[in-house]
Amino acid sequence: MKAVVSVTGCDAVGIIAKVSSVCAEFDVNIVDISQTVLQEYFSMIMVVEISRINAGFTVFVDRMSELGKQNHLEIHTMHEDIFNAMHRI
Amino acid sequence: MPVNSDIFETINMIRQECLDIRTITMGISLFDCQCDDEKRLCSKIYDKIMHHAGNLVKTGDDIEKEYGIPIINKRVSVTPVALMCGGVSRDGALNIARTLDRAAAELGINFIGGYSALVQKGFTNGSRTLISAIPEALAATSRLCSSVNVASTKAGINMDAVALMGETIRETAELTKENSAIGCAKLVVFANVPEDNPFMAGAFHGIGEPETVINVGVSGPGVVASAIRRAGSNCNLTEVAEIIKRTAFKITRVGQLVAGLASERLNVPFGIVDLSLAPTPAVGDSVAYILESIGLEKCGCPGTTAALAMLNDAVKKGGVMASSHVGGLSGAFIPVSEDAGMIDAARCGALSLEKLEAMTAVCSVGLDMIAIPGDTAADVISGIIADEIAIGVVNTKTTAVRLIPAGKAGDMISFGGLLGEAPVIPVSRYSPSVMIRRGGRIPAPLQSLKN
Repeated sequence: MKAVVSVTGCDAVGIIAKVSSVCAEFDVNIVDISQTVLQEYFSMIMVVEISRINAGFTVFVDRMSELGKQNHLEIHTMHEDIFNAMHRI
Repeated sequence: MPVNSDIFETINMIRQECLDIRTITMGISLFDCQCDDEKRLCSKIYDKIMHHAGNLVKTGDDIEKEYGIPIINKRVSVTPVALMCGGVSRDGALNIARTLDRAAAELGINFIGGYSALVQKGFTNGSRTLISAIPEALAATSRLCSSVNVASTKAGINMDAVALMGETIRETAELTKENSAIGCAKLVVFANVPEDNPFMAGAFHGIGEPETVINVGVSGPGVVASAIRRAGSNCNLTEVAEIIKRTAFKITRVGQLVAGLASERLNVPFGIVDLSLAPTPAVGDSVAYILESIGLEKCGCPGTTAALAMLNDAVKKGGVMASSHVGGLSGAFIPVSEDAGMIDAARCGALSLEKLEAMTAVCSVGLDMIAIPGDTAADVISGIIADEIAIGVVNTKTTAVRLIPAGKAGDMISFGGLLGEAPVIPVSRYSPSVMIRRGGRIPAPLQSLKN
């Protein structure tokens, strides 16, 4: 099972490090990262493997959301099935 | 693995364009609660609802968090209560209303539907008891929703019921007048009512339904309006219809996903996805704005019915392939008070009661959440109901009437929350009272010789 973590906001040092360390904390493996910076605006999509997550997925979602608030970033964590349902027949 | 553009499109639909699941509604049969003793009947109803729907809100909240899609309402619909009222007194019917309201409060849901009667061909003792209790029941509760089906294409129109519902709406308005006649916002009069509709106030658990069922209603007018705006004003109407279809497909796929998850986690069979485009008073979540983005200066101007017909058809065509079972009302809703664009159009005079009636001939519901003057006579309300119901009966479709008599023409009446606010629209000064008092039944329309 995979999930998508999307991160948007003002660029700063260490955003990927902070998001990655929360993933490590939950035993969530990063499968793919794509990141762009347009002027000052940072945008990243991270696909993560959640099969071996060591806590409830909703706890991970809340933790990521909290991390976003602390760092003035928008972080959304969503199960990948919603994207597959919407965009694949 | 999903590609980035798809991921951003989905996130944008949810965050910027108000995409949401409007409701997960659990239908629960009450037939096995039947009991001679009225007190025991109420406790059996309460226990059964709590047993089956105890985890409904938590399950909805979990799915919302895991999949990142807002699920606005979790609701319950039950067997039409008139069917339980055969041997029940009026006080007993009121106690059932309070029981349902108490269960809804305990579950943490905002509405419970099914305080309903089906009287298209005539009244049973139970339906008479229930209808007589509706005004007081709606005044004494806050979460209960009520509906009465007064006509069908096969049975014709029960004009005695139409007359009675005019009086019932008046009485409900009177009993809840201190609160913007809010009781009337939870009372719908139907023709050809669907038995699997997840949307309030008209939801109930039909007699052909299983013991329990999960029905899901999707939303997303804002997503459709944005997609049309992005396409610009140069594309023709064939292309606009195509954009609506594609967008409706995506919206409905999310509904199907959520319905499947809720059904699995609650161990309740999946019933249908309702393809309706349901607006909210929030800016950017309006069906009227879709019509305006197609190219109308104001919703209600000439061309509105044609644009709505195209929208309604395209939504169904796009949605039907995205879901394994489609049902309920499935079409565009045009509730005036719940749609920011409709409120604007009614306020500036672009949208009249007569134009709304014409629009309902080509879309899913009917004269919905419309404030009319508080002194409108019961006979006039019945006349408005009869006209709207006739459109449904002759066109073999569902139509409904949810009118709120309150204030004076031009006043703004506020209901709060998703029910929104509406300007009071003037109604005709002329009365149909002689026709309404004739009573009887308007025979079922001929369904052949269509030329």
